[in-house]
Amino acid sequence: MKKFSIGLLAAALAVALAGCTSGGDASPDASGNAGTAAIKIGGTGPLTGGAAIYGQAARNGAQIAVDEINALGGIQLELNYQDDEHDAEKAVNAYNTLKDWGMQVSLGSVTSTPAVATSVESNTDRIFSLTPSASAVAVTEGKDNVFQMCFADPNQGSASAQYIFDQKLGSKIAVIYKNDDVYSTGIYTTFKTKAAELGVEIVSETTFTEDSQQDFSVQLSDAKSKGADLIFLPMYYTPASLIFQQAKSMDFSPKYFGVDGMDGILTLEGFDVTLAEGVMLLTPFNADANDDRTTNFVSKYQAAYNEIPNQFAADGYDCIYAIWAAIQAGGITADMATPEINDILIAQFTSMDFDGLTGDQMRWDANGQVTKAPKGMVIKAGQYVGMD
Amino acid sequence: MRNQMRKLQKPTRTAIFTYALVIAAFVIVQILVAGGNVNSTLAGQFVPICAYVVMAISLNLTVGILGELSLGHAGFMSVGAFSGVVAGMSLGGAIPSEPLRLTVSMIIGAACAGVAGFLIGIPVLRLNGDYLAIVTLAFGEIIKNVINCLTVGVDSGGLHFGFLSTADALNLEPSGTVIINGPMGISGIPKLASFTAGFILILVTLFIVMNLVNSRSGRAILALRENRIAAVSVGIFATKYKLMAFVVSAALAGAAGTLYAMNFSTIVATKFGFNTSILILVFVVLGGLGNIAGSIIAATLLTVLPEMLRGFSDFRMLIYAIVLILVMLATNSARFRALPGQLASKLRPARTSAKEGATGE
Amino acid sequence: MVFLSHLISGVSLGGIYAIIALGYTMVYGIAKMLNFAHGDVIMVGGYACFFMVTYYDLPVAVGVLVAMAVCTLLGVSIERLAYKPLRRAPALAVLITAIGVSYFLQNAAQLLWTSNPRVFPSVVGNTSLNLFGGQLSISSTAIVTISICVVIMVALTWFTSKTKTGKAMRACSEDKAAAQLMGISVNTTISMTFAIGSALAAIAGVLLCSAYPTLSPTTGAMPGIKAFTAAVFGGIGSIPGAMIGGILLGIIEIFGKAYISTQLSDAIVFFVLIVVLLVKPDGLLGKRVQEKV
Repeated sequence: MKKFSIGLLAAALAVALAGCTSGGDASPDASGNAGTAAIKIGGTGPLTGGAAIYGQAARNGAQIAVDEINALGGIQLELNYQDDEHDAEKAVNAYNTLKDWGMQVSLGSVTSTPAVATSVESNTDRIFSLTPSASAVAVTEGKDNVFQMCFADPNQGSASAQYIFDQKLGSKIAVIYKNDDVYSTGIYTTFKTKAAELGVEIVSETTFTEDSQQDFSVQLSDAKSKGADLIFLPMYYTPASLIFQQAKSMDFSPKYFGVDGMDGILTLEGFDVTLAEGVMLLTPFNADANDDRTTNFVSKYQAAYNEIPNQFAADGYDCIYAIWAAIQAGGITADMATPEINDILIAQFTSMDFDGLTGDQMRWDANGQVTKAPKGMVIKAGQYVGMD
Repeated sequence: MRNQMRKLQKPTRTAIFTYALVIAAFVIVQILVAGGNVNSTLAGQFVPICAYVVMAISLNLTVGILGELSLGHAGFMSVGAFSGVVAGMSLGGAIPSEPLRLTVSMIIGAACAGVAGFLIGIPVLRLNGDYLAIVTLAFGEIIKNVINCLTVGVDSGGLHFGFLSTADALNLEPSGTVIINGPMGISGIPKLASFTAGFILILVTLFIVMNLVNSRSGRAILALRENRIAAVSVGIFATKYKLMAFVVSAALAGAAGTLYAMNFSTIVATKFGFNTSILILVFVVLGGLGNIAGSIIAATLLTVLPEMLRGFSDFRMLIYAIVLILVMLATNSARFRALPGQLASKLRPARTSAKEGATGE
Repeated sequence: MVFLSHLISGVSLGGIYAIIALGYTMVYGIAKMLNFAHGDVIMVGGYACFFMVTYYDLPVAVGVLVAMAVCTLLGVSIERLAYKPLRRAPALAVLITAIGVSYFLQNAAQLLWTSNPRVFPSVVGNTSLNLFGGQLSISSTAIVTISICVVIMVALTWFTSKTKTGKAMRACSEDKAAAQLMGISVNTTISMTFAIGSALAAIAGVLLCSAYPTLSPTTGAMPGIKAFTAAVFGGIGSIPGAMIGGILLGIIEIFGKAYISTQLSDAIVFFVLIVVLLVKPDGLLGKRVQEKV
């Protein structure tokens, strides 16, 4: 019987290898106009697993932008998003799949750890890369053709500390961060450095992990017993929603200060928005804004995906428009070689100004990091209100 | 006498078959690569496949040959990956030759994982069955958590270690670099691993495992698996042989970890958690307990499979789960195996009756 | 006082683990398999109750009943389709199949209900009992969780020791072949066990989501593993053991965070588990199985 199974496995292996070598170039779910020559844009993100919400949002946002641009006639774009399961190994696989598909411009990866891995590959392959939301410094560091649409983590951390100091929001700060997460720890580290520089006192530093992100009673009672008047929360909104609820049930009501990952809390299905009353956050995107661009995007997104877009979706949307702007300005066409496109896009991105959903007058430095003004928001009666 | 000869030949035959399988696969792949027939999706997976194959063989030593369920094998991979990469990155100046540096890194990774295996093995191997399994799971999680809190940097004064503190607390010289940065793991790993290195590591692993199994110690280990009490009663020192198998298994996993890490520019501690341990256990069970060739094939196949399913986009992992369940049913259930035959015999009369119906009209 | 409030948080977290662990231990005790999909059945139970209560505006009790019905059906079908054909297969093959089922449920849930987290409505109310002039507060969820946990534990103990089906379960657990010879249908008994285990999973799902009200396709995974640890801690197969194991695990987790380090809390939990198992290799209340020679 054993021999039979080995034989079976070996046969399956042969089929698998044959399939990979010959049929590998079949393009999966091609979108956009297949007939005309389109510029192929690829990206990887977690489309399955625990982090799927971020990958799917970025993909959906980017898809809306591609559809809008293709509807205009002119230059056609084709988008292909591959699943990376929020894992560096799978991200490199996904990237290679996109390369086999003929990707000319890359949207990097949505989350930080995979993005560090794929950005090295796209730098070696000379494929231009603009990541919507991977904010770690290591993503862009030392790579001339890797750019970020979101703030880099250190910028967020020090901007938050500066903002808290300038506005005198709190004198005793508590920080709760996720210590097995690149994003959260990255922001925390720079926040701490900047706070020490400015003389902002941090009285309590506590952590949680992916495996223990349900009970926050210890972290909150530590902050409470040390008399913290403001809690800095560099994390995504799901654990934050639990923190608000648990703090309330222990009669602890400090001020809260969040980062861009907090965006989305108001649209969390079933969330009692009164819990988030007075929460402050620095975010580049606000789904409730009244400008034409945002309302157009939000209504299209809701129609297509039946949910309110978060910051990742907006980042994905902006990425496509930024690339489109650079393509037009640089006169890029679909038949150009990828390294040539790469060089033109680098030149464009380091010189252009871009207005998008997530900020006006965005500029990129040679390191690939973006400069845009973070909007200080405060939640009042279930709405974001500008803080200034 | 003749009987004995035949008995002796069987392991040798299996060994020859296994080596031939690996070498043939390597040669075929090299020919395909040289002919330009391999796309980058597959080419990018060569090194991870090699690492997973070594992981599967080494876990098979614990689970299949020693007969103790381990749910924390990825922990040893993690120890090997992090220690190996630290060695590789800090020895950059001392050993300019890349293959040599990779070898040294792998040996250091294997040694560290072996030491971890030894320390963990002493308490763990006193337990049995599911209790042993849960303790290995626990150690795997502890390793993950501890590495998450670890910072390591290097400067001209040598290595600096920090625990539960940020990288600033390492007090590095301005020219120094931070290698492990807590939860952010390691980034900027030099890509020293190659398919050839992976292939050699597989051969070395096969050599070690096969020689161990077919040695006096190996027979003692097998005896312990079959009947511990009987084995102990004939004078086999259970702890020694169990520990031997466990440490070898851990050390090989460490070398595989180094190889794996050296292929990606970044690794984080959370990668080597429970899910990775389970993934490797799936390779071993699917390939057959104690069956080394089976482990190699299963590891290769199940690493490639999710990539083959990309065409299904969002349904990919759902289909992967279904395939996994069906394969387990197909290889382990007598009824399921008889199913095609039953279906065929059921279909045949049905077809004839359908024909009859057609002619009747 | 701080100590007491940590103790209370620990007990309420542990209560959740205990309820999940009860389901684990039931299935393990009788079918002798580690059902890694248990955590995901919990998640399905959470979603079933969520939809009933928020989308169809049904009373909470109905929601819980529907969740129990859905989970029972799901548990029994999983057993029939995936585990039953492997009754004679090696234990590891069943373990891997259970992992496959777990992946399947998570991915199916993601496709059906998207990966966006949802906030679970509070089914037990958000009030809390204040003692010592508000210095110490116990949430109603914690009280409900612990009471339900005790009720379930007592009911299960009674069920397995007094009823005919329960005795049949114990017989199967001791020796399947002998049980068969005594006229017990092993297959029916095991299906019954899965039905009960899954119904418990539904209750656990509702309580888990009420205590920590976010619901996503991966909600059940980690509590599932922790509860499995708890079941082993208490002595897997032992019903009171699962309850004690679960509560102790919760207390250790909270105390580890509060008095040692939040960063190392996971390591501390597992370290204590290892120490306990080294001192008592069959868990706190596990039976010492005599090895046959």
